[in-house]
Amino acid sequence: MSDLRDLYQQVILDHKKNPRNFREIEDCNHMAHGNNPLCGDALVVYVKLNDGVIEDVSFQGSGCAISVASASLMTEILKGKTMEEAETLYENVHKALTGEDDSAELSGKLEVLSGVKEFPARVKCATLSWHTIHAAMDSDHDISVTTE
Amino acid sequence: MTQTELKAVADATGGFDIGAVRRDFPILNQEINGQPLAYLDNAASSQKPVQVIEAVNNYYRLDNANVHRGVHRLSQRATDAYEGARTKVRDFLGAASDKEIVFVRGATEAINLVAQSFVRPQIKPGDEILISHIEHHANIVPWQMVCEQTGAQLKVIPMTQSGELDLSGLDDLLNERTRILAIGHVSNALGTVNPVRDIITRAKAKSIPVLVDGAQAVPHMAVDVQDLDCDFYVFSGHKMFAPTGIGALYGKQALLEAMPPWQGGGDMILSVSFDHTEYNTLPYKFEAGTPHIAGAVGLGAAIDYMQSLGIDNLAAHEHHLLEIATSQLEAMEGVSIIGTAKNKASVLSFMIEDVHPHDIGTIFDQQGVAIRAGHHCAQPVMQFYGIAATARASFAFYNTEQEVDALVNAIKTTQEMFA
Repeated sequence: MSDLRDLYQQVILDHKKNPRNFREIEDCNHMAHGNNPLCGDALVVYVKLNDGVIEDVSFQGSGCAISVASASLMTEILKGKTMEEAETLYENVHKALTGEDDSAELSGKLEVLSGVKEFPARVKCATLSWHTIHAAMDSDHDISVTTE
Repeated sequence: MTQTELKAVADATGGFDIGAVRRDFPILNQEINGQPLAYLDNAASSQKPVQVIEAVNNYYRLDNANVHRGVHRLSQRATDAYEGARTKVRDFLGAASDKEIVFVRGATEAINLVAQSFVRPQIKPGDEILISHIEHHANIVPWQMVCEQTGAQLKVIPMTQSGELDLSGLDDLLNERTRILAIGHVSNALGTVNPVRDIITRAKAKSIPVLVDGAQAVPHMAVDVQDLDCDFYVFSGHKMFAPTGIGALYGKQALLEAMPPWQGGGDMILSVSFDHTEYNTLPYKFEAGTPHIAGAVGLGAAIDYMQSLGIDNLAAHEHHLLEIATSQLEAMEGVSIIGTAKNKASVLSFMIEDVHPHDIGTIFDQQGVAIRAGHHCAQPVMQFYGIAATARASFAFYNTEQEVDALVNAIKTTQEMFA
């Protein structure tokens, strides 16, 4: 119970209640819809890329505390990063949370997400926004991603 | 404890000895995350008593062989066990004949069978299939598929805010174009017990066939298909204390006789040549391939078990739990109950203000309380309420008042964490 309390208190109380960059970017040039049909999480990620750099990134939608907090953290971290840097972070988050690579670690602000891997049923909540932005940057039109 | 002994205990206590019942379910006696397990996810799948586990075990240890084939002893025993289970299901549902009981994988397969074998061959563009707004996806999607295949239209009986069916327009929805009415007996998402008898009477007055999805009803109440006068009744074993992968379709004999087979293969034929194949008689015409014999044996044992305790006794205990849980949750600030029909069974769907049901599920699990969080395979119901998901506690007869307390405490802890 204490692990869970820690996880929720660190991640949620701040980001869930006051999600950062929770808005639409009207002149975005990449966007994608992410859905987790199992729990009904649904979010849209907007990206404004300028010369390979993420000039602005935001999201909207609804979901559980872990998915909202993860999306909020993601937008904070990715703003100003290059596409390559973002891609590396995406892969790192994926590896660290799915346990695909034991050596993968999350640092800085993302460290709080590492607690999610103790709750396997919730990993997809935390990775939804990352899968969504990955798809958004890969495509020049609005696409949909599903995790479950 | 033998079934006779169990019955003696039940009789002696004027109904029900919860301690004895819980000892029959070994899985309940464990800790999850250091807390006693409170299994409140029975609408998703129920636990199995030792009587069922032993029946399956003994079948494989002593009697296993293929059915309807061999002249050897084991094949005969396997056939007797399988057909014996069919007779138990016939008796459990109050059907007139064993020929009316088709073993299937579960309610989902049974509905697909009726959709493809009964409705699809006779439905035309512009004809209608009537369902309700509170159906499980299993009683929506097979009908949508028939509509796509044939150009028929899906019509929906609306629901009310309390989660009941709005039957005010039923007589218009039941019209000369309606080829079947498919309706749930008990809603899995909300617990609403639908007035199926009245609905069937109204459909029959217009000679419209009716399928009742009884997946959530048979674990909680006695069912008599002849009294209901439905044409088809379907259920899954795993929600009524039997193994997964087995269920039954009841169909009126005359309708089943007239229906073409659904799947072809062994056991569903009398003779096969490259020119012509003669199909088997009922119910084997609908049971292609080697069936889930052990599952059927387990289902028969589950029926014996429920009947030995007395289905009315089970229902009374369970309803008591639902009532006390409902009144406790109603009194909690920041908790709202979704689905407040007058007549409910087993299910308590709820929301905690500002907490997503998926978070509720995880926090409850840490306290040993197993519930379902999600859309419960009933997304139209969620859409009606404008929500993505609910948390759902669902009771079985082996649950206790202490487990209702565990549920209430888990809600309090969740609220405290999100405060």
